[in-house]
Amino acid sequence: MKMSPKARQRFLSVMSVVALFLIWELVCRAFGISDLVLPKPGQVIKVLIERLPALMPHATQTLFTTTVGFALGVLAGIVIGVVIGSSKLAYDVAYPLLVGFSSIPKVAVVPIFVVWFGAGTVPAILTSMVISVFPVVVNVATGLATTEPELEDVLRALGATKRDILWNVGLPRTMPYLFASLKIAITLAFVGTVLSETVAANRGIGNVMMIASGNFDVALVFAGLFILAILGVALYAIFSFIELKVTGWAQRKTEFAMV
Amino acid sequence: MAAYIELDNVSLRYPGGDVLALDATDMAIGEGDFVAIVGPSGCGKSTILKLVSGLIHATTGNVSVGQREVRGPSKGVGMAFQNPTMLPWLTIRENVMLPLKIVEPFRHEYAAKKKTEFAERAEALLKKVGLAGFGDKRPWQLSGGMLQRASLCRALIHEPRLLLLDEPFGALDQFTREELWSIMQSLWMDGKPTVILVTHDLREACYLGTRIYMMSARPGRILEIRDVDFARPRTLQMTFAPEFTALVQHLRMQIADSRGTVVEAA
Repeated sequence: MKMSPKARQRFLSVMSVVALFLIWELVCRAFGISDLVLPKPGQVIKVLIERLPALMPHATQTLFTTTVGFALGVLAGIVIGVVIGSSKLAYDVAYPLLVGFSSIPKVAVVPIFVVWFGAGTVPAILTSMVISVFPVVVNVATGLATTEPELEDVLRALGATKRDILWNVGLPRTMPYLFASLKIAITLAFVGTVLSETVAANRGIGNVMMIASGNFDVALVFAGLFILAILGVALYAIFSFIELKVTGWAQRKTEFAMV
Repeated sequence: MAAYIELDNVSLRYPGGDVLALDATDMAIGEGDFVAIVGPSGCGKSTILKLVSGLIHATTGNVSVGQREVRGPSKGVGMAFQNPTMLPWLTIRENVMLPLKIVEPFRHEYAAKKKTEFAERAEALLKKVGLAGFGDKRPWQLSGGMLQRASLCRALIHEPRLLLLDEPFGALDQFTREELWSIMQSLWMDGKPTVILVTHDLREACYLGTRIYMMSARPGRILEIRDVDFARPRTLQMTFAPEFTALVQHLRMQIADSRGTVVEAA
């Protein structure tokens, strides 16, 4: 059977997921692992399908919270990144502060948000926002700060303002860095949302998993995990696609590899 | 007549460093001259370009361009470096047109003319350097020599009165380099901008320059000023003529001498 390299890559990706489930199923059966400890994937999928109508509103809630938090986080991240990336002083001054903030475990900030805004959607949005800000800031700032000094000299000798340089060179060349960070940030945003939903919410997948584990409904907990994984992969794929369209110029190597 | 570019007792010490990059240098460059500055690495050749374009300020002394003291970054000065620094997300034509987006009066009309008059202008210039038909290519599709040609076009598209070249042919192979010398010469003869070329290639300096400034090793000082009056346009043949070889040899010995004294002093 002959396949194009691209098709083979897809095929292998799918097969690796199938293989993982198969091994999981076999291990569960071979060692007689209790459903309370580790449910079989077949069982999880069955629960997932049966309970889907009840799970859907929670899934949309989580998806909504995550995308809003992510969007706010990216926006804030770009603004902060542009500011600290365009000035050496701001870069040096703000970096320790940023590292400090990002080192704080996000689970610790959820109670603070709950005190400020009450339980529910708002702390979840804020948690996913703060968790997705950092990678965006770092990448945007790095992209801007690494502009070739010679190119800057060429432009400055022409009389270009800082804004001209940012607009014509800095921002476009930062795009690949930005997209790389978006793909990290979107998965982190899910972590933030679920974290907050687990601690303080009455809706969302995190909340469902929390209640299910309280009821020892481990299969449902895993069904929740599956939903999160599927949502994560879907959003990741969307951003990869946009990235390919926007920053195709930076992807030439893979293009060549395909030929 | 006062010179177009004047350096009056200029010295430069980079901030935070004890090293004197340039020491008490005087220069007078006439409008339309093609000046080549040669010297060993680290003799402050590139520093002179940065001073003239206003990207850095002299520690002491005065720099003036067109009878005006240089106080901040210049406007509309064309520059090209050893690294062509083309923007990978733009086509070659768009890269060449970049200065038109920045320099007045072109900046004003950029949106209106970028597809018509400006694009034609870029194409015409690309044709002159042997890149006809490459305008729609991306930088990564071109070789180093081709990118350097495009970089020259970018430095010249807005017809600057002053062109600063910092070892633009330094990373190229011998054949491409010699070809670009001839292209550079005809570009200069077309528009007669004032050119300052920094190089460590003595043959290049003798081929292109109307005047050569020899610099000593750090701290940079002018060792010798030499007018080169071979007829224009100069050809590659001429670089093998005895007068030409003698000039190159003379400059080579000067550099050797200056190095010798440095070694003895140390």
